[in-house]
Amino acid sequence: MSELQKTLQFSEAALQQAELIFQRYPADRRDSAVMPLLHLAQREFGGWLSQEALDYVAAFVGMPPIRVYEVATFYTMYNLKPVGKYHVQVCTNISCWLCASDDIVKALQEKLRLPLGGSSSDGRFTLTEVECLGACVNAPMMQINDDYYENLTPAQVSEIIDRLP
Amino acid sequence: MSGTAMTKIVYKNIHLENSHTLAVYKANGGYQALEKALTLTGDDIIDEVKQSGIRGRGGAGFPAGLKWSFIPKDDRAKYLVCNADEGEPGTCKDRDILRYDPHLLIEGMIIAGYAVKAERGYIYIRGEFYREAERVQAAIDEAYAAGYLGDRVMGREVRFQLAIHRGGGAYVCGEETGLIESLEGKKGQPRLKPPFPANIGLYGGPTVINNVETLSSVPAIISNGGAWYGKLGVPKSSGTKLFSVSGHVNKPGNYEVELGLPMRVLLEEYAGGVRGGWDNLKGVIPGGSSTPVLTKSVCETVTMDYDALSRAGSMLGSGAVIVLDRSVCIVRAIARLSRFYRHESCGQCSPCREGTGWLAQVMERIEQGKGVQGDMDLLLSISENIQGKTICALGDAAAMPVVGAIKAFPEEFQYHVDHGRCMVA
Repeated sequence: MSELQKTLQFSEAALQQAELIFQRYPADRRDSAVMPLLHLAQREFGGWLSQEALDYVAAFVGMPPIRVYEVATFYTMYNLKPVGKYHVQVCTNISCWLCASDDIVKALQEKLRLPLGGSSSDGRFTLTEVECLGACVNAPMMQINDDYYENLTPAQVSEIIDRLP
Repeated sequence: MSGTAMTKIVYKNIHLENSHTLAVYKANGGYQALEKALTLTGDDIIDEVKQSGIRGRGGAGFPAGLKWSFIPKDDRAKYLVCNADEGEPGTCKDRDILRYDPHLLIEGMIIAGYAVKAERGYIYIRGEFYREAERVQAAIDEAYAAGYLGDRVMGREVRFQLAIHRGGGAYVCGEETGLIESLEGKKGQPRLKPPFPANIGLYGGPTVINNVETLSSVPAIISNGGAWYGKLGVPKSSGTKLFSVSGHVNKPGNYEVELGLPMRVLLEEYAGGVRGGWDNLKGVIPGGSSTPVLTKSVCETVTMDYDALSRAGSMLGSGAVIVLDRSVCIVRAIARLSRFYRHESCGQCSPCREGTGWLAQVMERIEQGKGVQGDMDLLLSISENIQGKTICALGDAAAMPVVGAIKAFPEEFQYHVDHGRCMVA
């Protein structure tokens, strides 16, 4: 991973996306692009943002690196440590908790053999407890990478994990 | 007011097949309100919205027409921002607009932008709503291609550019000035007000920020008139409202009803009733995690509108109705919320940064049976030292559920402290 991160460079497709991102904002407001570019960089560079990745984005936007660090550390979705190929995020906030999210957490911990906050040694899974993800009427729920899984039962959790490619 | 045959405004299309596409939206009258709006002046539109009486659906309940009228008529560039950072625990109503009827929001935004002379709009969508953002982006692309967005809106001398900005997982960005900071590429720490965004907002320009649901109500207000909308609901709480009913009901879901509906009707006729029956109800958090919990006896008669919930000691908030049955330990429920607010405090104001930490710690120790006599007074004192002493409302939002729960269920807190365990679960 660290070898990859040393020679960071957006792919051709990412460069095109970055161009579209800048177009969303007034020409003299390039800083506004930092959040979407961090999202893009995280996608491009293996699911997390190393210091090299942050510096790359800073140079790309033309912002002082410290300003990019401030942003990256403020928002929870920017992963500042490596995460597994599948980032399993389980909500335990009130609506999910009322609908037995404790059982979902337990099922995930047993299935993945991970504590909350843990990553598997093969790099496949990271399990994270998260705050409300805004699917409260379909509680309990979890998010794996970009997708929501709702109205969960412990049995379904196991099936969903098994079906991941 | 009966539970059936209520007017649907923002959810009128969401059950249609392919409701998210331009073709289905247009086939059901979509973009006709925009066509009409473009024959009116901006001030006419603002007057209609004022007349409708619609109040902000994000939580604060500020009259939307009044907010628009604050935009100065100078020649600075103006901005329209849609707050789709739906993050108040319990709330998931806007998500269904974003994924099932994005054109309704887009049409509402173009009309609002035209009314306040904003040529640029942003939809700030919480980052976790990745699939929803994809849907909205596809709809924006369709609207550009069809000439509803761009340099000549519907062939007229009207310009409106619209783009999505995805958040990064920070509840505080739902606060409008935190959101603006985030849009400008910074940490989402709220700004001191005044100046208000209507005067100095995004990029220093006059800015209107409205919730998804508010903006999605605009096309119907323009099509049918503000007076028509004003007759829906009850005085001072006009129109329809989306409620996300979650927790211990048999049919959790998002429901659109006219404001003023009795809570009991909402829970029993829409949400399938309380799990185990009405008598199994313990209490309801009526407007999202920051609103004080109401006891069953209040829930018997309270109606779902701004004034009635305020009189009952709580708030309509974002319309997230969280239902707790008698199996719930209120201390544990509120302790979970306190943990949330500690996590989400942006750290800018000491009373909130420190106070949310204290609330979470004391709630946690009471929950774990390690509370000491005086802890309830301590919680109330911490709350008092947060409320009204911070830049934004997050501190108040952290304090209100704690204060509300101590008032509503003092005996449960006391039992935890006296016996080191819960009297319920």
